[in-house]
Amino acid sequence: MTEERSGEEQSIEMELGEAAVIKLPRSTSLERAGGGLLVSLRPYYEGVIHFTLFLCASISVLVTVGIVVVLLYESIQFFFDVSIIEFLTGTRWTPLLKPQHFGILPLMCGTMLVAGGSAIVAVPIGLGTAIYLSEYASPRFRDIVKPMLEILAGIPSVVYGYLAVVFVSPIIRYVFPSAGVFNAASACIVVGIMILPMIISLSEDILQSVPLSLRGAAFALGANKFEVTVRVVVPAALSGIIASFLLAISRAIGETMAVTLAAGATPKLTLNPLESIQTMTAYIVQVSQGDTPAGTVEYRTIFAVGLTLFLTTMTMNVIAQYILSRVGERYE
Amino acid sequence: MSSKLDIYTTKRRGRFSNFLFTSVCFLATMTCVLMLFVLIWNLILQGKDWLSWDFVERFPSRFPVKAGIKSALWGSIWLISLTALFSVPLGVGAAVYLEEYAPKSRWRKLIQLNISNLAGVPSIVYGILGLALFVRALALERSVLSGALTLTLVVLPIIILASQEALRSVPDSIRRSAYALGATRWQTVWYQVLPASLPGIMTGVILSLSRALGEAAPLIAVGAMAYVPFVPEKLTDEFTALPIQIFNWTARPQEDFHHLAAAGILVLLIVLVSMNAIAVFVRHKYGKKIRW
Repeated sequence: MTEERSGEEQSIEMELGEAAVIKLPRSTSLERAGGGLLVSLRPYYEGVIHFTLFLCASISVLVTVGIVVVLLYESIQFFFDVSIIEFLTGTRWTPLLKPQHFGILPLMCGTMLVAGGSAIVAVPIGLGTAIYLSEYASPRFRDIVKPMLEILAGIPSVVYGYLAVVFVSPIIRYVFPSAGVFNAASACIVVGIMILPMIISLSEDILQSVPLSLRGAAFALGANKFEVTVRVVVPAALSGIIASFLLAISRAIGETMAVTLAAGATPKLTLNPLESIQTMTAYIVQVSQGDTPAGTVEYRTIFAVGLTLFLTTMTMNVIAQYILSRVGERYE
Repeated sequence: MSSKLDIYTTKRRGRFSNFLFTSVCFLATMTCVLMLFVLIWNLILQGKDWLSWDFVERFPSRFPVKAGIKSALWGSIWLISLTALFSVPLGVGAAVYLEEYAPKSRWRKLIQLNISNLAGVPSIVYGILGLALFVRALALERSVLSGALTLTLVVLPIIILASQEALRSVPDSIRRSAYALGATRWQTVWYQVLPASLPGIMTGVILSLSRALGEAAPLIAVGAMAYVPFVPEKLTDEFTALPIQIFNWTARPQEDFHHLAAAGILVLLIVLVSMNAIAVFVRHKYGKKIRW
């Protein structure tokens, strides 16, 4: 192992750009002159620290492995009892009631309804704000607004849940008297507000990274500010902006507390935002709150649902990151 | 003549769409700001009459007028201290490894990709992992320790990413000078790089911990209690936390409990705002001293 090599062998490699690699001997003359126990232990000491730090970094990999193993282990046992075809295509989800049905489509539908609804709320406002902050706002205005958006981003999701129940839902019921106490619309609105700061800050970064020379060239051709922004800057940043939408929607899919409080607990295949629905995350909370004994099918449903949730968000995140990693390369 | 008119109209139309677009974008921005004010104003309106010192010093109760958040507040303090204890050394250690030690190999790329993906995993999934791993497999039961370990998993990727950012902002000239003076790699990191990046790391840590303080979903999954009339005294005690208490009160139909929830939220927000203020203070006070 590299960590346990002796002092003479080990050397620090320092890269100076690509020009040269300087090799420094591990024990310098100063250390040799000092002698002493600590100095003679130095190579081991360095190695131990190196190894400890390596372990710290490896934990993140272990966590991922842990998530995958735990979710798969319990889900596979779940699929011994329930056929995977019923799980993926069934249109009724009643694992806690007799007769039991294990079709995840209603939960999926609820999740997508909330994610789509929150995107409808957040995307236009978020994109408009990002464009304004990046292209139009004075530095002073930005300095005032950006910390406010940070506050908005820092508000915990349970607080948004409270606001959905106490503030947004009564307004919706006033406008649409047919709406239930718990309805998907109030969840969509608060989740939309939640993901707004994320869309704004990511999109703004992307817009700012569009080189000034592009703007300058467009202005030189006689375009006005509107044309420069809409026909040059935004198209140039489009792939990154879409990646930011994907990340925000994936966050909305994984959002739990606000949705649990606002959207209700009735899994339903509906696209009507005024009805009460249930999302995947809210179902997990519902089961966790009860006393479902470990090892039963009901207990294992949360792992199967969790696996579905994990795969959905993971796919969206990976796609978004792939797009983002390519954005940087384009103008270099 | 007609061409002259064309130029005139396009110019005018251009000016109008320009104005319209600017106004729409400005309105979008103002909507965000307005939302923040409406939310906070609404919370203050709902909760201010219920907020008192007694509220902080009482245990939860079936009767709204007698209910308080003592156990929830102490539960949160326990959770956040333990989470900090576990996640800060691990997170900063991982960041130091990735930035200062790891060779630019595929392994490092893999860890890096893995961490940014972990940061996007929904917190409820960590809750399920905590339930299977800490509560069941390690038999820690529904204890403060299980809760804190689960929260550690939630914030770890965020702390690592923030610390990496801070370490990256230390210029290479500092490292090279230290090496040139004969310092070993760890001496360079410990005496030069870490002190220089400390304000950035602290800011990241505080912000991550304030995120952990507001998390409710993973705690519900690992079995935080709805009704806890005592303050946790050891690691294996059952617990509740501020966001959980707020969740329970909000989920009840009675109006009075909603007022209690609003008061609880105000306490939570006050704590969060002070943590953020500390972060901003640290960034300004110590961040500016270092000039490269």
